[in-house]
Amino acid sequence: MIRTEKLNKSFGALHVLKDVDLDILPGTTTGVVGPNGSGKTTLIKCLLGLVRPDSGTIYIDGTAVSTDHEYRKNIGYMPQIGRYPENMKVRELIRLIEDIRGNQENRSEELIKYFGIAANLDARLRNLSGGTRQKVSAILTLMYQPEILIFDEPTAGLDPQSSIKFKSLVKTEKAAGKTILLTTHITSEIEELADNIIFIVEGKIRFHGPMTELMDSQKTERLENAVAQLMEEEAA
Amino acid sequence: MKTLTILKYQWKDLIRAKWLIGYAIVYYLMADALIRFGGAGPKSLLSISNVMLLFVPLISMVYGALHLYQSREFTELLLAQPIKRTSLFWGLYGGIVGPLSLAYLLGVGLPLLINGQITGPNTIDAFLILSLGFILTILFTALGFAIGLKFFEDRLKGLGFALVSWLFLAILYDGLVLLFVVMLGDYPIEKPMLALALSNPIDLARIIVLLKFDISALMGYTGSIFNRFFGSSMGIFAASGFLFLWLSIPLWRGVRLFIKKDF
Repeated sequence: MIRTEKLNKSFGALHVLKDVDLDILPGTTTGVVGPNGSGKTTLIKCLLGLVRPDSGTIYIDGTAVSTDHEYRKNIGYMPQIGRYPENMKVRELIRLIEDIRGNQENRSEELIKYFGIAANLDARLRNLSGGTRQKVSAILTLMYQPEILIFDEPTAGLDPQSSIKFKSLVKTEKAAGKTILLTTHITSEIEELADNIIFIVEGKIRFHGPMTELMDSQKTERLENAVAQLMEEEAA
Repeated sequence: MKTLTILKYQWKDLIRAKWLIGYAIVYYLMADALIRFGGAGPKSLLSISNVMLLFVPLISMVYGALHLYQSREFTELLLAQPIKRTSLFWGLYGGIVGPLSLAYLLGVGLPLLINGQITGPNTIDAFLILSLGFILTILFTALGFAIGLKFFEDRLKGLGFALVSWLFLAILYDGLVLLFVVMLGDYPIEKPMLALALSNPIDLARIIVLLKFDISALMGYTGSIFNRFFGSSMGIFAASGFLFLWLSIPLWRGVRLFIKKDF
């Protein structure tokens, strides 16, 4: 379970997260939506320890996260942009993560086959297309089958076929009871994958609950319309 | 252990980088040309050291900062793994310092070896030039790292600050010292001058070279004071000690900034 209490973060004069209280139950898939600059990425980065909150506490599986880095063993993170060392080979990047995480069993081979990048294993990362690099990122995220998966705009740059494959994999993980957090601007993707929605505006959580509840409250059957209406309400 | 893992893979990456190979080749051609045209002996070693004192700080500092900017997403990926921030810092820092030093040592060391400078009567002088270049590489890469972390969100400002710092330490500093001497020549300024010499690592390295080669004519004011204050051997020892002290400052600052940094 992921829990935050009174999480605050400012960058200079900009107060990005304001008293964020959050409870994400295990085994749920949650879509994080909101306008650009609303604090989605900062929230995710706080959970990962990439950004240090000014105040508040983060609990992962009941343990308060502060300076201990070991909790990240249970988290897989797929960033929006997979920009890696240019002259490193795909195989080396995968081995690097294996060496850092220890020699526990993983399913990198299976995922390499699944995404069809076996031919690229000895290619330097600078020679790969954006889509192939996203596939590499997906492999790095999923290879250790972590209990918590965090995806930041995961299908950006993927071709339709790869996007479908990726979403199918996420559905498998969801069925396996993983806790998934997903940010994307593609609302249809959230509709397809998520159970719950977090709607965040100017660093404050305005809605957190089942997707159906949000759509019912906005009297619409499409998430895109519901989110747009919420944004309009916030702007007014 | 995880630091060594990151080091290993970073080295694999950077050793293949064309710019690094080019960096080594430039040093090779420069050192070889200086030895061929200047003749073997202390004269050519002194010329090599002059080029080294100018370019090693520039390349190390600028590339130290640049490497940090270019590795931003990679750093984020690694930080999302179960790894300590300090381990990651040393991995990233060592990952760039190793190949940069190797390029310098090979680029300058090979022509010295081929032209018999390392095995001949100038062995100690040749090793001094190689060691000083190595120390300046690790020192100025650390400075570049600290500057890169300080201006992490604005790479233009970071690179600009690195360039201005180099310009100040490598070129302007001596002029300012001279101005200081001219303006306050009537006062006892030996001790302030000594402090000024200790405040600039490039000056310290230059003083070590000049004391070792015993070239009083080129020593300048700070070098002469150093010579008078410490004597030749003790002067080299004191300057080396301060150079190592200098190294710890940007490294300490870099680690502190990296631990607190929001990525």
